[in-house]
Amino acid sequence: MEATYNYKVVRQFAIMTVVWGIVGMLVGVILASQLIWPTFTEALGPLAPYLSYGRIRPLHTNAVIFAFGGSALFATSLYVVQRTCQARLLSDGLASFVFWGWQIIIVLAAVTLPMGITTSKEYSELEWPIDILITVVWVAYAILFFGTVMKRKTQHIYVANWFFGAYILTIALLHLVNSAELPWILGGHTSFLGMFKSYSAYAGVQDAMVQWWYGHNAVGFFLTTAFLGMMYYFIPKQAGRPIFSYRLSIVHFWTLNFIYMWAGPHHLMYTALPDWAQSLGMVFSLMLIAPSWGGMMNGIMTLSGAWHKLRTDPILKFLITAMSFYGMSTFEGPMMSVKTVNALSHYTDWGIAHVHSGSLGWVAMISMGSLYHLIPRLWGREEMYSVKLINVHFWWSTIGVVLYIASMWIAGVAEGLMWRATNLDGTLTYSFAQSVAAIYPFYVIRLVGGTMFFAGMLLMTYNVWKTVAAGKAVNDARIPQAVAA
Amino acid sequence: MIAGYAVPDFVSEFWHYYIAAISIAGIIFSLWVLSSQTTKKLAHGEQAELMVHAWDGDLQELNNPLPRWWMWMFYGLTFFGIGYLVLYPGLGKYPGTLGWSSYQEWKDEKTKVDGDFEKVMAPFKSENLMTVAADPKAREMGQHLFMTYCSQCHGSQAQGGKGIPDLTDKQWLFGGSPEDVQASIANGHAAEMPPMGDAVGGEAGAKAVANYVLSLGGKPHDAALAAAGKDKFAACEACHGADGKGNKAAGFPDISDNVWQYGGSESAIVQSIMKGRKGGMPAQLEALGESKVHLLAAYVWGLGGGQQPAPAAPAPAVVVAPAAPAAAPAP
Repeated sequence: MEATYNYKVVRQFAIMTVVWGIVGMLVGVILASQLIWPTFTEALGPLAPYLSYGRIRPLHTNAVIFAFGGSALFATSLYVVQRTCQARLLSDGLASFVFWGWQIIIVLAAVTLPMGITTSKEYSELEWPIDILITVVWVAYAILFFGTVMKRKTQHIYVANWFFGAYILTIALLHLVNSAELPWILGGHTSFLGMFKSYSAYAGVQDAMVQWWYGHNAVGFFLTTAFLGMMYYFIPKQAGRPIFSYRLSIVHFWTLNFIYMWAGPHHLMYTALPDWAQSLGMVFSLMLIAPSWGGMMNGIMTLSGAWHKLRTDPILKFLITAMSFYGMSTFEGPMMSVKTVNALSHYTDWGIAHVHSGSLGWVAMISMGSLYHLIPRLWGREEMYSVKLINVHFWWSTIGVVLYIASMWIAGVAEGLMWRATNLDGTLTYSFAQSVAAIYPFYVIRLVGGTMFFAGMLLMTYNVWKTVAAGKAVNDARIPQAVAA
Repeated sequence: MIAGYAVPDFVSEFWHYYIAAISIAGIIFSLWVLSSQTTKKLAHGEQAELMVHAWDGDLQELNNPLPRWWMWMFYGLTFFGIGYLVLYPGLGKYPGTLGWSSYQEWKDEKTKVDGDFEKVMAPFKSENLMTVAADPKAREMGQHLFMTYCSQCHGSQAQGGKGIPDLTDKQWLFGGSPEDVQASIANGHAAEMPPMGDAVGGEAGAKAVANYVLSLGGKPHDAALAAAGKDKFAACEACHGADGKGNKAAGFPDISDNVWQYGGSESAIVQSIMKGRKGGMPAQLEALGESKVHLLAAYVWGLGGGQQPAPAAPAPAVVVAPAAPAAAPAP
């Protein structure tokens, strides 16, 4: 047993990544449709309330971030930590616990959010009983990961594990601080819904600041640092090239972690948040361009000497395009945090464009590329069932993302300009409803883009299904003894 | 409050130093990491060093120098940040050399535009509302104002909806003369009906009263129920009057006519009685100022429902009269 890798938990999470990808993106497509045809789910009669926009919007974000993205991170981090430490996971039982615990959390989210049970804190909507479960599972994950790092047979800790480690520690901190809340039952409320309800431990602008310190670092550590860990293993493996620069990885790792922590206030520009906090948020957000691009450079430049592989290898296309989207959205974000730009972009669909260029272009595409590398190896195949379909999936995804973000950029800038346009007499030129009417066509384009991305996910499901059906689960991957000194 | 600082963000000096110290430490740390890895670029033809470690068989790392453009960009962004924190508030209570604050920025902009716009709007303020209503330029401005401030409730066509009055018809809860309209906009109205279910004897009583109300306006109703509701209607008379004609001055609606804010069916009336209704129009004078209220009043009056001023009405006053108290007493 100790001489082999634990691939079982990696396989479980890999399959659930695909499953939750379908679910989360389907809910996204439904939401995009509701923004075009606001009443189309009302035909469902008694089911309609459970599919109302306000309830399934958090279902979408939780499903794609924590179910799809989370499963992808568990699968890859638990694979990478074993392969690069050349050691089996600390405990198979703990691995099983993390898998089933996380799946239960996702199912509870999928049940409670449509019921309207929510803390109403963005990306942290799950109520206190689920918060406690998340804490337990996360601590188990941390023990599993760091325990494996500690029993490593390699002398040095590989760079991917630095990033996974930073993400695991930071998410624990973020979750505990932002989810500090007072359950209603402590006040003696024993109704059914009262059992789940809680109130935040913070009030007013402090609550807003804690929430966006959490919110932006959920982006920074869950959706960035962790996926950089993925990048540091799967790009050099797929390209067959060494990492471009060890030196660069040191600088961008430490500065990324240190600077990201400050960026939250840029979500609260021109609000009741004190000026000093807004300034610090903006200054550190601008500095953040450099460490972010450091990661992008280290990923893309790893390909130098092997650029020709991009022509023939659709997995590398996924990985490198993901890095390009990463670079683009980490430039866009700091620009949007500049006060004068923020005055235009805030509260518009520009924010939606930005978040999807990061989540679809970067997070989803690096995950898809990594899974296409990973899945044949977990089921004892040379490659995926169809490499051609990977290529088709790549193009559908890429065109889908571009349609999505381009339409939302136009819509967002249009909204920003229409809301601030004034007549010579000082009145607003447009009413809010007129700005809604103006962006309507772009909502349709967004639905087309989103549907293409979702359709790509269906292609992937088919490809994975055929690969798994033709393969056999690998449970005897031997751990090499020789370790280069 | 700390002397010399406009906003009391810090309850003690400690937090000011805390914020300033960790902000500066963060910047120094970043610069230190960056400079510790700043090396000469590779000579022409020189290969980057390959680190000795290998993981998982073939994973290795080169040790290329930091890309020059990237390194200088990082230094540049850091020094931009330092400069910004010298000029603007950021380091605790230190206000920055420019003395900028978001509150002052807003205040300056607001003062300037208010001054500019007042020049355009003020001339209409001294004119009679009906004259203003006939002026095409004033009407255009009025429409802009209406779209901005009123259309959220009354709709872009001003036709209202359930619980929100139609401003284009000839029915006015609070009077339709130019002065009445202006007073409604300026001072708003409380328009609440308390729940009366207990006072009329529950659901069955409410149904009886509803039929009596329908009978007052000569509308189709159940005669037996209406008869039963007649006595119970006493609970309603204080506001709506024995004949159901209400009291326009106080804003109590006529329930014998055909205008229904919340629906005139039996079931809608029963619901109004049982649960009460929370209506009301917020006062706008303080938020919008006299010039805008004047233009809006003329615009709304001119939408088609405006009535002639009462014969004895005084000339449109610049300072509008307060509206009559309109809250219904709780039973």
